[in-house]
Amino acid sequence: MKNFIQKFYYGDIPEEKGGGAIISKNTKTEWPLWEVFIRSKQGLDHKHIGSLHATDAKMAIENARDVYTRRMEGVSIWVVESKNIHASNPDDAESLYEPANDKIYRHPTFYQLPDELSHM
Amino acid sequence: MTEQTSENVFLQKIEAEIKIEPKDWMPDAYRKTNIRQISQHAHSEIVGMLPEGNWISRAPSLKRKLILLAKVQDEAGHGLYLYSACETLGITREETINDLHSGKAKYASIFNYPTLSWADIGAIGWLVDGAAIMNQVMLTRTSYGPYARAMVKICKEESFHQRQGFESLLVLSKGTEAQKQMCQDAINRWWWPSLMMFGPKDSESTNSDQSMKWKIKRKSNDELRQSFVDMIAEQIKLLSMKLPDDKLKWNKEKNQYDWGEINWDEFWNVIKGNGPCNKERIAARSKAWEEGEWVRIAAKTYAEKKINKQVAV
Ligand SMILES: [Fe+2]
Ligand SMILES: [Fe+2]
Repeated sequence: MKNFIQKFYYGDIPEEKGGGAIISKNTKTEWPLWEVFIRSKQGLDHKHIGSLHATDAKMAIENARDVYTRRMEGVSIWVVESKNIHASNPDDAESLYEPANDKIYRHPTFYQLPDELSHM
Repeated sequence: MTEQTSENVFLQKIEAEIKIEPKDWMPDAYRKTNIRQISQHAHSEIVGMLPEGNWISRAPSLKRKLILLAKVQDEAGHGLYLYSACETLGITREETINDLHSGKAKYASIFNYPTLSWADIGAIGWLVDGAAIMNQVMLTRTSYGPYARAMVKICKEESFHQRQGFESLLVLSKGTEAQKQMCQDAINRWWWPSLMMFGPKDSESTNSDQSMKWKIKRKSNDELRQSFVDMIAEQIKLLSMKLPDDKLKWNKEKNQYDWGEINWDEFWNVIKGNGPCNKERIAARSKAWEEGEWVRIAAKTYAEKKINKQVAV
């Protein structure tokens, strides 16, 4: 494939000087990665907000508190080590979600009812 | 799926303004561009703490010290949001950081200028954060999902940065003669480097097209720079100060300001590593990283020991 690239935010530094190689090697000191979920207020679900590195759950929660709730953004924090998150494959999206598309009878609007019927 | 159809799916998403998410197929070049751009952006947040950190212990009052501490802490957070977004593309945090320390990866060259007086802190908040905000507001609409979401969080925090900077200059601009001079001097030194933050002229950035097509970038350098000039040229009136540009003049027909020419030799020189503080900045980052190594190892070892103990019981 043609190699385009090369425009960056903050200064557009040419590629050979730009860094950002993609070869991944495992390093021995890197701490595990955690995903952070925050309940912004009582009564709402926890929502994924970002991630961070920490050695254990306690440190992950403490760091999440410092980074993600400096302005009262949350009342409760969940952390999950990223390796424990299992995700559906985006390539399967069609076979997973498309069958739902033709089951319109699952939606309330499928049913034509007389206008006189209220509160339904 | 073959590469060809994957690429079509990818392009259709871009076309339809559907965000690209970490596990979606994407062209290698798209991944690489994002890694480079996001990591440079992250490095800029982190290195950007150095010139401002220089004044934390010498802030003129407790109030200003608290404000500056909060701002610098925000920048550390911005660095983290961005490093996290970058990691979703398959590069580790350590690699990204190593690239900064080795000089391979760049950061905003504005942070290679020194902060000589207290007024510089105000000027940075107003001009440097102001310029960053123009870029970042555009990037909330960038096509890579994690980058766009990081930008939304960052933009929410940035407006305090710019406002505290302007307010701090406003106080100086109403102060003694010496304070007024300090204010004007800081503006004089930070104005042109702030304009350089938007990158080379459109006519010279030959590679901008692909980033625009992929909607990583959504406005050109010159477009953003012009809006910045138009904004600041108005705001400075409230400070009763002057921008250091004789050619700055309102152009009625174009409905925008005309202004002078950036010193591009200086721009490329600083990028090449010859700015006033390039070496000092990287040295400070490397030192912090190296001196923290024993902590990183000790904390990891401790956590592993704890796990082993639990298993043993
Ligand atoms: Fe920032
Ligand atoms: Fe900022």
